[in-house]
Amino acid sequence: MNPQASLKVHAVRLGLRRGRVEFVQSIRSTQDQWFYLFTAFLTLGYLWIRRDADTGVEGLPFAAVALPSILGGLVAFGVVIGPAYSLAMEKEDGTLLRHRAIPDGLVGYFSGQLLLQTLSLLPQLVVILVPSFLIFENLMSDPSGWFTVLWVMALGLLASLPIGMVIGSLVPGVQKVGTWGMLPVMVLAGISGIFYPIQQLWGWVQVLAQVFPMYWMGLGMRSAFLPDAATVQEIGASWRTWETVAVLGVWAVVGAFVTPIVLRRMARRQTGSQVQAAREATLQWVK
Amino acid sequence: MIQTPSGERSAPESAVVSVRDLRMRYGDHDVLTGVDLDIHAGEVVCLLGPNGAGKTTTIEILEGFRIRSAGEIDVLGEDPASAGESWRARTGVVLQSWRDHPRWTPRRLLAQLGGYYAPYSTPDQVRPWDLEELIEVVGMSEMADRKISTLSGGQRRRLDVAMGIIGRPELLFLDEPTAGFDPQARRDFHHLVHRLADLDNTTILLTTHDLDEAEKLADRVLILAGGRIVADDSPEGLALRVAGEAEVKWTRGGERFVHSTTEPTKCVRDLFVQYGEEVDDLEVHRASLEDAYLTLVQQHEAGRVDQAAQAFEEVTT
Repeated sequence: MNPQASLKVHAVRLGLRRGRVEFVQSIRSTQDQWFYLFTAFLTLGYLWIRRDADTGVEGLPFAAVALPSILGGLVAFGVVIGPAYSLAMEKEDGTLLRHRAIPDGLVGYFSGQLLLQTLSLLPQLVVILVPSFLIFENLMSDPSGWFTVLWVMALGLLASLPIGMVIGSLVPGVQKVGTWGMLPVMVLAGISGIFYPIQQLWGWVQVLAQVFPMYWMGLGMRSAFLPDAATVQEIGASWRTWETVAVLGVWAVVGAFVTPIVLRRMARRQTGSQVQAAREATLQWVK
Repeated sequence: MIQTPSGERSAPESAVVSVRDLRMRYGDHDVLTGVDLDIHAGEVVCLLGPNGAGKTTTIEILEGFRIRSAGEIDVLGEDPASAGESWRARTGVVLQSWRDHPRWTPRRLLAQLGGYYAPYSTPDQVRPWDLEELIEVVGMSEMADRKISTLSGGQRRRLDVAMGIIGRPELLFLDEPTAGFDPQARRDFHHLVHRLADLDNTTILLTTHDLDEAEKLADRVLILAGGRIVADDSPEGLALRVAGEAEVKWTRGGERFVHSTTEPTKCVRDLFVQYGEEVDDLEVHRASLEDAYLTLVQQHEAGRVDQAAQAFEEVTT
């Protein structure tokens, strides 16, 4: 391996160690534990309250339809909002600048972020899946569905993570993540067939929702959990597996090209005076 | 200081930093209007100036964090705007901490960040600094395993310094290192800077708006005002230059007299020879560097940037 490449590999390795350390710190922190428990409580509560709701398919319980949709939505939400907040925050508090000041530090920093955000999905899934399978019956129609869960998650991650990183790079401050990250993602969750079938919405809204990864992650998850008979509830009465792969794949490829450029541009603008200005802005709440 | 047009005087062999006619303009506001400076290996140089004089801009350009508008810069043999990662490994930047890495411990964080320097280790310059030794040097032994979020301001500052020097830099940048320090933390910090300069022969460039600090730390003081360097000398040299004029005040027969002179002793002697016991309330006031600097700062803050710089240059040259 040429010396330049081996230096980058060294930095990536350090970054992965950083990601692992941060993940362990996260699951040990009460703040993050509460967040996971909170989402689990909300999800299970919703499934429980509506357990007798009609699904439109004979013999299919509500939880079986809603759980995969919500999982898809939560994963999409988590891997967009998670890195968006992390980056916006660490831009402001100087974490990023510190890495800019050390050789190949940024390579390491971003490797660490990728690993951390990926690992953070695990506790999220565990706190929802384990109790759901204990409380409700007939959630997974065929065990081969777990394989589908894996690839939908992996592809969905690759498609959504770059969006979060780009949002985190572009927002001018942490408080703006709400407006530029949280709000659009919430709206998207509302129109992506997570809580009710997408066909209930106007045609143009359906088209809009199908541009983004979230709808396809929900659809992919349903295809993993539900029997084929449940496709009557879907657009075109099909799981549209190839379309799912295609849309998520395009997002992943575009993300892989665009994100490094955006990150590099953003990192190049990091200076001590900027961090100082952000610090003063935070101390001064009323402007 | 002798001003020379850019490029005419080549930097001496030992120059670690060499800057010629550095200019920086934000929009239509000129912050730096032609900065020239040299820093030699092993020197501790203090960039002193009023707030808003462009110290931070200058140091950020030298660190490679900011792109200049014009001028020639050489830092450790490279242009910081285009220098690569191996150049980065030879420099250290002490940043102001705030609330980054709250869940890490100093030991773990230093081990993680130090790792990036390992590929740049040479037999002469072993990188990174041995972890235990570094923790000892910055005086963090007792808090090395505590969560960073629980450290006090002064303790965090030591950690900042540790992060800045962990790669054993040949050149260290410190921007307003003691802002917000209590006197004890300040003294500890000065001690640490001296130790670095003596032990490792590290070249250090630091900025401050505090003259007292510059006098205590620096081998050489550069005063930045009006977008350029208006004085460049050792602290003692600067003080001597400014001390040229003195003011002699006295009263005689209830009347008050003031006389400015470069030879106060002779003036006083003549005074007594001429009037003897009639002279009363005698005061001799020698202009100090502090007075000259305070005047500069006041004029600068009143917005008279150019006059301030000019007046100071007249006093010191």
